[in-house]
Amino acid sequence: MKSLKAQNHPLSSSTHELEVLEAQSEITPFYKKLKESGLFPLKPTQIEVLQINMGKMCNQVCKHCHVDAGPDRKEIMTRDTMGFCLDVIRNENIKNVDLTGGAPEMNPDFRWFVEEIRKISDKINIIVRCNLTIIVANPKYNDLPEFFKTNRIDIASSLPYFTAVKTDSQRGEGVFEKSIKALNMLNAVGYGIAGSGLVLDLVYNPSGAFLPASQSDLELEFKKKLSSQYGIEFNSLFTITNLPISRFLEYLIRSENYESYMEKLLDAYNPVAAANVMCRNTISVGWDGFLYDCDFNQMLELKVETTGSQHISEWNQIQLLNRNIVVNQHCFGCTAGAGSSCGGTTS
Amino acid sequence: MKTYYNSEDLKKFGKIADFQKPMADKFFDYYGEVFKAGALTAREKSLIALAVSHAIQCPYCIEAYTVDTMEKGCDEEQMMEAVHVAAAIRGGASLVHSTQMMNKVKEISM
Repeated sequence: MKSLKAQNHPLSSSTHELEVLEAQSEITPFYKKLKESGLFPLKPTQIEVLQINMGKMCNQVCKHCHVDAGPDRKEIMTRDTMGFCLDVIRNENIKNVDLTGGAPEMNPDFRWFVEEIRKISDKINIIVRCNLTIIVANPKYNDLPEFFKTNRIDIASSLPYFTAVKTDSQRGEGVFEKSIKALNMLNAVGYGIAGSGLVLDLVYNPSGAFLPASQSDLELEFKKKLSSQYGIEFNSLFTITNLPISRFLEYLIRSENYESYMEKLLDAYNPVAAANVMCRNTISVGWDGFLYDCDFNQMLELKVETTGSQHISEWNQIQLLNRNIVVNQHCFGCTAGAGSSCGGTTS
Repeated sequence: MKTYYNSEDLKKFGKIADFQKPMADKFFDYYGEVFKAGALTAREKSLIALAVSHAIQCPYCIEAYTVDTMEKGCDEEQMMEAVHVAAAIRGGASLVHSTQMMNKVKEISM
């Protein structure tokens, strides 16, 4: 399967995506819902998390991917841009660095970058969003579990279900089996094992046009099934709602689920989740160093509003803290039901 | 094409209150209470509802509880097993009545 970009699909254009999202007149504009909740304009609370997208290259081509990542994507963060990120982490005392992609490990400077972040402070919480299969994709990645352990990285890995059928239908043929193998390798060095201090969290997102199950109920089910059938241990399960952008938007339209899915998100709008959206304490950095309110805005090319601080090289903490967060119709995905963020539910 | 069942009508379920509000309010309060987690989990109740939906052959209920069970984290295998429970009870209910047929056969046969 090729990325939407490689297919020259109209939805590979963020302008077209936004036109589609804004054309559905029966869906209340998101900003109006925020107004009703006393949250508009949406403002940051603080900057606790720097989420860095290290590139769109990935060894997988997942059907729901909001990044439209895949082997045919060549956008990769350079070491120069990573240098600007390190300056910000150091100077602004950033406590949480969240590395994502694509598969961040495919960036040739990934290991250098992780080690440089760790040199800044022992206390920085570094999360790598590892797709699992990268660990077994090539012998040069087989030692990643040891590398993660040495640098005390927290791992967050997608696993849509505890069965092959559902996982492979979303993430590609054979992904479940490879993911189980990678999870066994992570467990073998201590990840997810009680008392090890090595955090291995799993991320669930629905394999279709429906909302995620209760995070706590699903975590119990995942723990029971993965432990009894595969001997796998992990720490927490985060449930994430699929946002209507990129490949998931393409799926919604193609399967004629788009309108009903947007209605479902709107009907499930939760003001408590809206107050706790992740963009209020996060800045997302694109592979080319531009700054966004979140990874989803990044993919829609909606840069932060602060015209004097739109690139990591011109970081201005005061401007960023005082900015208005850019919102659009896709934001209903983060405010539906129990809420959704890269760290799971928000209410 | 006009049909007796229209999936759009499922969204209008709450409108039954337009014709009789006090009873509808009582029903929806009761309905909400029934489906809360209790001695059974919300997920178990949803699977029961899916099975019953098939037993009573209500298209609205089947649509609603297909989505609901998926949103409770159930997979296709679990959902189909629930429907087989309904089918087994329905089939069993027919077959167990054959004892009446057998009784009558014996009664009137030499």
